[in-house]
Amino acid sequence: MSTTALWLTLVGAALITFLLRWSFIALSGVLELPAPLRRALQFVPAAVLAAIILPAVLISDNELQLPPENWRLLAAALAGLVAWRTHNIVLTLIVGMAALWGLTALQVYF
Amino acid sequence: MHEQGRNSLWRDFTAGTTAVVPVLLGVVPYALIAGVIAIQVGLTPVQASGMSLLLFAGASQFAAMQLINNGAPALVILVTVLFVNLRMAMYSASIAPHFATTRQTTRALISYLLTDQAYMFSLYGFEQLAPARSRVAYYLGLALPIWLVWQLGTMTGAVLGTELPAGWALDFTLPLIFLALLVPSIRDRATLAAAIVGGCVAVAAQPLPWNLGLIAGALAGIGAGMLCSAPAQHATDS
Repeated sequence: MSTTALWLTLVGAALITFLLRWSFIALSGVLELPAPLRRALQFVPAAVLAAIILPAVLISDNELQLPPENWRLLAAALAGLVAWRTHNIVLTLIVGMAALWGLTALQVYF
Repeated sequence: MHEQGRNSLWRDFTAGTTAVVPVLLGVVPYALIAGVIAIQVGLTPVQASGMSLLLFAGASQFAAMQLINNGAPALVILVTVLFVNLRMAMYSASIAPHFATTRQTTRALISYLLTDQAYMFSLYGFEQLAPARSRVAYYLGLALPIWLVWQLGTMTGAVLGTELPAGWALDFTLPLIFLALLVPSIRDRATLAAAIVGGCVAVAAQPLPWNLGLIAGALAGIGAGMLCSAPAQHATDS
């Protein structure tokens, strides 16, 4: 791809991305969304977060990693427990990373 | 503007910045890797930074760089970016009511800065913020540092071309942060169903191209949530 074509492609990609982001924010207060759509949007955070987390924890190198070898799943389960009990993001992060590092280090001895 | 008002807006801004600090830890390695890969696929450091400035959307930048490396035509790159970033329209619709009275120029800035992290974190923080101006300040307080770290990170990665030690597993920080946000977003049976179905469908649909696994998971999760919260379902309870 030539330099000019590359820059044009990047500008086009940027426009597409911006329009996706701007779409409903721009129309807010002008266009009232239908009630069923507003109800559906309540579930966006839970559905999207889980759809990001679960593949990141269960899949690596395009293969499903199952316990007990999957340290990430164990670490995430522990971190999830901390998140549930404390609602503390930093503590969740510390426990999850410490668990992953600890389990990976222990792995050397088995 | 009253001095009092300005002070309280600044407080909202810094509250957003404080909340987003752990996220930045996860953004740094992604940004560095994005810069490193840009050089590997033959972009110059200026083009790498230009891409981060123009798109400011990690997953789609990785996809675009993969395609540039494969010599894909521009149209394929544009369609891929469209699909990978489709979820942004969902975020836009979901967050839009919070900015119904905000000026259009500010809304354009808010839109440009909309990322997975900015969306999830601002919704989490908005629950305690009533006036629209407070929400804008809080949002900018957390979205601008993400933007800055992404720009500096990709620039650094492109210039240095270094790799992060894989043993640190810093890429694991982002799923952990999202997990900490997921837990409080589960309030009842319907949101629990949305999360379980969304996660499982995303895993099953992961081989799909263009990040469509995420979209499939999100739509299935939303559908499950709606089914579980349907008025008819409640009537049959008890």
